[in-house]
Amino acid sequence: MNALTSLDRPNSYIGRSVPRPNAKRLLAGRGRYVTDIRLPRMLHAAFLRSPYAHARIISIDVDAARALAGVHLVATGADIARICAPWTGTLDHFKGMTSEPQLPLPLDRVVWAGQAVVAVVAESRALAEDALELISIGYEELPAVVDLDAARQPGTPRVNPSGTSNICFRTQLDSGGVDEAFASAAHVVEEEFSFGRHTPVTLEPRAIVADYDAESGSLTVHHATQTPYQFQDLYARHYGIPEARVRVIAPDIGGSFGMKLHVYHEDMAVVGLSILLARPVKYVADRIESFVSDIHARDHHVRARMAVDVEGKILAMDIHDATAIGAFSTYPRTSVVEGNQVVRLIGAPYDFKSYRAVLEVVFQNKVQTSQYRAVGHPIACAVTERMVDLAASQVGIDPFTMRARNVIADNAYPTASPTGYKFEALSHEICLQRLRGIMDYDALRTEQAELRQRGIHRGIGIATFVEITNPSPAFYGVGGARISSQDGATLSLTPSGEVRCAISVTEQGQGTEAIIGQIVADQLGVAQDHVKVITGDTEVTPHGGATWACRGAGIGGETALQAARRLKANILEIAGLILQEQPSALDIIDGQVVGVATGQLRLPVAEIARIAYFRSDTLPPGTQAQLTVSHHFAPQGYPFAFTNGIQGCYLEVDVHTGFIKLLKHYVVEDCGRIINPMLVDEQLRGGVVQGLGAALFEECRYGETGQLLNGSLADYLVPMAMEMPDIIIDHVETPTADTILGAKGCGEAGTAAASACVLNAVNDALAPLAASINAIPITPARVLKALGRY
Amino acid sequence: MKARAFSYHRAHSVDDAREAHARSGDDARYIAGGQSLVPALALRLQAPRILIDINHIEELRGVRCDGEWLRIGALTRHCEMLTDPLIAEFAPLLRAAAPFVAHPAIRNRGTLGGSVALADPASEFPAMMLALDAEIEIAGTSGRRRVRADDFFIDLFETAVGPGEIVTAILVPRFRCNQRICFDELARRRGDYALVGCGMLATCKDGLVETIRIAFFSVGNVPTRARSAEAVVSGARIDADRIVAAQAALDRDLAPPESDEVPPAMRLHLARVLLGRLLARMSEAA
Ligand SMILES: Cc1cc2nc3c(=O)[nH]c(=O)nc-3n(C[C@H](O)[C@H](O)[C@H](O)COP(=O)(O)OP(=O)(O)OC[C@H]3O[C@@H](n4cnc5c(N)ncnc54)[C@H](O)[C@@H]3O)c2cc1C
Repeated sequence: MNALTSLDRPNSYIGRSVPRPNAKRLLAGRGRYVTDIRLPRMLHAAFLRSPYAHARIISIDVDAARALAGVHLVATGADIARICAPWTGTLDHFKGMTSEPQLPLPLDRVVWAGQAVVAVVAESRALAEDALELISIGYEELPAVVDLDAARQPGTPRVNPSGTSNICFRTQLDSGGVDEAFASAAHVVEEEFSFGRHTPVTLEPRAIVADYDAESGSLTVHHATQTPYQFQDLYARHYGIPEARVRVIAPDIGGSFGMKLHVYHEDMAVVGLSILLARPVKYVADRIESFVSDIHARDHHVRARMAVDVEGKILAMDIHDATAIGAFSTYPRTSVVEGNQVVRLIGAPYDFKSYRAVLEVVFQNKVQTSQYRAVGHPIACAVTERMVDLAASQVGIDPFTMRARNVIADNAYPTASPTGYKFEALSHEICLQRLRGIMDYDALRTEQAELRQRGIHRGIGIATFVEITNPSPAFYGVGGARISSQDGATLSLTPSGEVRCAISVTEQGQGTEAIIGQIVADQLGVAQDHVKVITGDTEVTPHGGATWACRGAGIGGETALQAARRLKANILEIAGLILQEQPSALDIIDGQVVGVATGQLRLPVAEIARIAYFRSDTLPPGTQAQLTVSHHFAPQGYPFAFTNGIQGCYLEVDVHTGFIKLLKHYVVEDCGRIINPMLVDEQLRGGVVQGLGAALFEECRYGETGQLLNGSLADYLVPMAMEMPDIIIDHVETPTADTILGAKGCGEAGTAAASACVLNAVNDALAPLAASINAIPITPARVLKALGRY
Repeated sequence: MKARAFSYHRAHSVDDAREAHARSGDDARYIAGGQSLVPALALRLQAPRILIDINHIEELRGVRCDGEWLRIGALTRHCEMLTDPLIAEFAPLLRAAAPFVAHPAIRNRGTLGGSVALADPASEFPAMMLALDAEIEIAGTSGRRRVRADDFFIDLFETAVGPGEIVTAILVPRFRCNQRICFDELARRRGDYALVGCGMLATCKDGLVETIRIAFFSVGNVPTRARSAEAVVSGARIDADRIVAAQAALDRDLAPPESDEVPPAMRLHLARVLLGRLLARMSEAA
């Protein structure tokens, strides 16, 4: 029987796999990225970079470069410092954290290899690079702090000579009872983990065109960023330009993953260069520059202990996380959020009381680390889930059984984690059951056992996770950052009855515009084709936080929903006047006003628009039609909407070569209301692939003097299609009651647990060989070393 | 990064190209597929005054039989290794290696002559020249000469090709029905340069290996023949003991250099594993 569902109603777009309206345009090469922008009189910037990880600048000779035909400006740190106020990457709610003030270009000391030192602006990028070859900088090399553990040793050289140590931030969590729990535990497991540094590698690199108009004193910046309003604020304040005269436009963006919401020295410099020259200046990072100047992420050493009782019930965890963040903390979101999330998310899926953690964030002479997709989650998840597996094997129970005994029960909500995170409603138990089903777990175990007889070593790994989404001001606002947790939308009915929605969330390829269009069309009762969504321009949309930390759907979507409901009410009010009906007796379906009771067509919405805009004289006196509404929404209620899920992985380890073949990956995820199943699935798959890259391939490797050894796509391995397994996805839907829409985020869920799954699966495969792995990426070298093969 | 400015000359004959090179005072580069040269230019690792485009020199093209030899023009693209019927029949080892060379877009442009002239020790084709006992034809001041692959690779990126000389063709002894080939490599991702790779050509009789040539790549400064391992296997039936002995002999053949990611001992271990797997396959084919 074909029962009608709510999806059979016209314009019921929420919950439907509607294609992204911009996908075809981008596929056809009609995207307009910052790189495509060519402004009249535009010049090009290039940067000379430090070859040393740490050195004093003794002299800079730019005369020959200045003399080169076609060169318009050669600027040093001092030149830009005259017009740019320095910034410091600290936030008040991270008590005691320190970081040095930063300028676009350094005055007297370089602190990582690859740091931009001198800028050249010329008629073309090639010419600017010719000029770079003519610049000579005298350096006096200083001792470089490279290794994370070395940075923490007393007596180590200091990254910032004015500081007293290399510590940026230290914090401690203690719920109490930890020592007692360990003392009385039936089993205690311990492990030390190391997580390599990696970097986002977006398809489109960082790109910026700054255009300062000296006559009007206004600045327009075309910027490949996730967060136009954040940069409007920063450019205004650091260059002393009134906010209203700064316009930031983020056109099509080719991926971001958190990388494009931090202040980069070159980007800030380019704004200064445009001001100094009163001409548009363009800078596009090339791939080699990206590797040494985009943020990196992770780089943690974690010591973990877990206490369990005879049944395998978790009693306590004790954690020490040390993480190295480069020479500065990133501005304006800092570089300590990842570590902070690691220590707060560890153990989060499980029901236990006693938790203690120390976080130590240290400086070193490398490029800054900061927020990158799934901030902290992969570390927290890998540590927790590996400890859970170790404990399960001590107790002698199956990993599924172990988790079933320990996850927070689905009927236990609301509740909180031992670190104080408040959970509204999660679904670990049902997710666990579903995963077991889609993996066909028992069959996999049988197959694994049979293959082991033949010397084929397959591994099965699972990993439970929670994800932080829909952040409230508790995330950045309370720390003093001018980063909004609310969003705004302006919705207009056009004279021909179509809808224009200008909204502060942004699009980097994940389909934000598609889901906003779905929500508006669904709520208003019009075809999605008739809704145009506009994002990414501070001059056009209301102020808002934009897209990061999994907030686009949950917060941006709710903003659009509420705005659409208000616009609908206004339209129906005018319809009521025209039709001599109570607005409450009317509804809009498929662009037509209809009677609620009868479903009878009464009037096209386009006719209301025509009358309101062109024949307002025919409306009752005193009527002022409001066919544009602006609406803001800030999350209230829970400080974060937590989501949850579980992943599984099936792989094969070649114990002779150390190579790992991923055979299949599984995800069961609960992101609340699903607006577009296709986009959610692809977010999960993309996220999983990034996690698999971290698990097996990606690592920024440094030499002893602080040189990045593999800073190109030939040497830094990103996951590619040939090595990726099929990814099977299933969903549980537990909407948040904090919003009408009920959506939470899903953008980081894939990344959060994929590497943990692989770690567990590899260890599962190696277990009969008495070898174990505690570091990612899991390279052939590490596997062979663990197996003692060479 | 953007390349430094350079001039461009489109050569229409080998002599034309060589003369242009001489005129430049040797501050020139020939460009064939450009798949190694163009990245080097963009990174400003190389900045010649002039690029001499050899892509339009007719005589550098084409694959044909020449007596007991298969003559493969220097401009033959990597992708043609996968489709050319003469290569499939008379140089199947090149065909077997080709899918492991980079990705389709690169194979569409990259040339065999370019790969051999560049002599990247991690490249597949240069090592296969050794396994095939191929000869490289070079056009120089004193006319054409042929250099055996064994004498061609001198040191890192250094070959018998002198300044301004052009590789015109590769000559491969035609594959015979009593011969067997095997090729494989260990690469982190499909299309990457391998951590270690190996190709071999055996001449068999009555299930015995009469002679065998085993060539490794990604094991040092030059593609390298495993002569000791060859000696262990030659004249014998390949069985488990032979394989172990051949693996043990690799010690004497290979001395992988220090590298930050793959320590020498690990590379040697991987070479042994690969050799074992290929010889096992060879024993089934022999
Ligand atoms: C992303 C990527 C991945 C790659 N992966 C692999 C791989 O896995 N395995 C592999 O083997 N290769 C790989 N390559 C390299 C590719 O195969 C090159 O095409 C090949 O090495 C050089 O051939 P070419 O025709 O492109 O030479 P070019 O780049 O045009 O020239 C290379 C050098 O050889 C010289 N040269 C070219 N032709 C001649 C000639 N006839 N006579 C004398 N000198 C000549 C040039 O002057 C230049 O110095 C990769 C390349 C890229 C970009």
